[in-house]
Amino acid sequence: MDLFKFFSRETPSKDVAKERLKLILIHDRANVSPQFLEMVKGDIIRVISDYAEIDESGLEIKLTRAGEHGTSSPALVANIPIKKMKEFGR
Amino acid sequence: MGVAIVVTSGKGGVGKTTTTANIGTALAMMGQKVVVVDADTGLRNLDLHLGLENRIVYNLVDVVEGVCRLKQALIKDKRFDNLFLLPTAQTKDKTAVTPEQMQKLVDDLKKEFDYVIIDCPAGIEHGFENAVAGADRAIVVTTPEVSAVRDADRIIGKLEAKGLEDHQLIINRIKYEMTKKGEMLNIDDMTDILAIKLLGIIPEDEKIVISTNRGEPAVTDENSKAGRAYRNVARRIMGEDVPFIELEEEPTGFFASIKKLLFKK
Repeated sequence: MDLFKFFSRETPSKDVAKERLKLILIHDRANVSPQFLEMVKGDIIRVISDYAEIDESGLEIKLTRAGEHGTSSPALVANIPIKKMKEFGR
Repeated sequence: MGVAIVVTSGKGGVGKTTTTANIGTALAMMGQKVVVVDADTGLRNLDLHLGLENRIVYNLVDVVEGVCRLKQALIKDKRFDNLFLLPTAQTKDKTAVTPEQMQKLVDDLKKEFDYVIIDCPAGIEHGFENAVAGADRAIVVTTPEVSAVRDADRIIGKLEAKGLEDHQLIINRIKYEMTKKGEMLNIDDMTDILAIKLLGIIPEDEKIVISTNRGEPAVTDENSKAGRAYRNVARRIMGEDVPFIELEEEPTGFFASIKKLLFKK
């Protein structure tokens, strides 16, 4: 039994369940609408664009948690790929 | 003055009514004067779990509407003289009662009984509002499934918003074999996610089906694993410090002992 586990690489389904739950509960608890992230995304693009050329298709913004534990406060994490800095920004 | 405890979950089918019937019966077995209240107007089932479905004359809605007195609607249990059921109406809907009326009713019951256990309907609408209206404490029932845990979290949020801070968790229908293989959320996973105090762990038990078929709560069956777990829950409700049953469920016998020695983590 334990040997099988050693060779198989598949994550136990309960860990998948736990991760999915943690993420969905962040959204549930923060009570944000799907439009919320889109609106924030739009505004971020507008502000950053004044300083840099960004790859809008690669822009990623998500709601996650601040600490390592499931119950900590929610945090917004944005990943904004920059193509080129604008003159103004230097 | 007694204590009113609402049994709730958000999601349907996780065992609220089974939990209500078993905790109510177990507390009565321990000598407490108990009334179990069905707050699921329109979809009543608590009467079936206790095997009292043929004795209903008046119900909760009749009491609220003044058709009868409270005492007339209470049905005495077959087995225990100190256990009563307050059934609800099957042909009305949840709007037949307001939260204020429910609170008054529960307050009246608390004067007569040590424990008032309220079986909450699924959902977060009117029926939920009614069921929690008069409650001092809440028991949140969940199962080791993502949908049930998510709904439990929502319910905990709702309870806290109402100022009902005294809430505890019952994890129902846990399958030890599956948790051991990592194929089912375990106790730690769930208390970690929900951040709520644990009141009980109820193992999956086929005897529950049998006891519901017969209308005899599992706590009356000495051999039922779930029944034993529910009796422990009742003791904890009364303030006793009872260790959780999980360890008792480990396989016993010669091979299990050898395996345990060899593979001890």
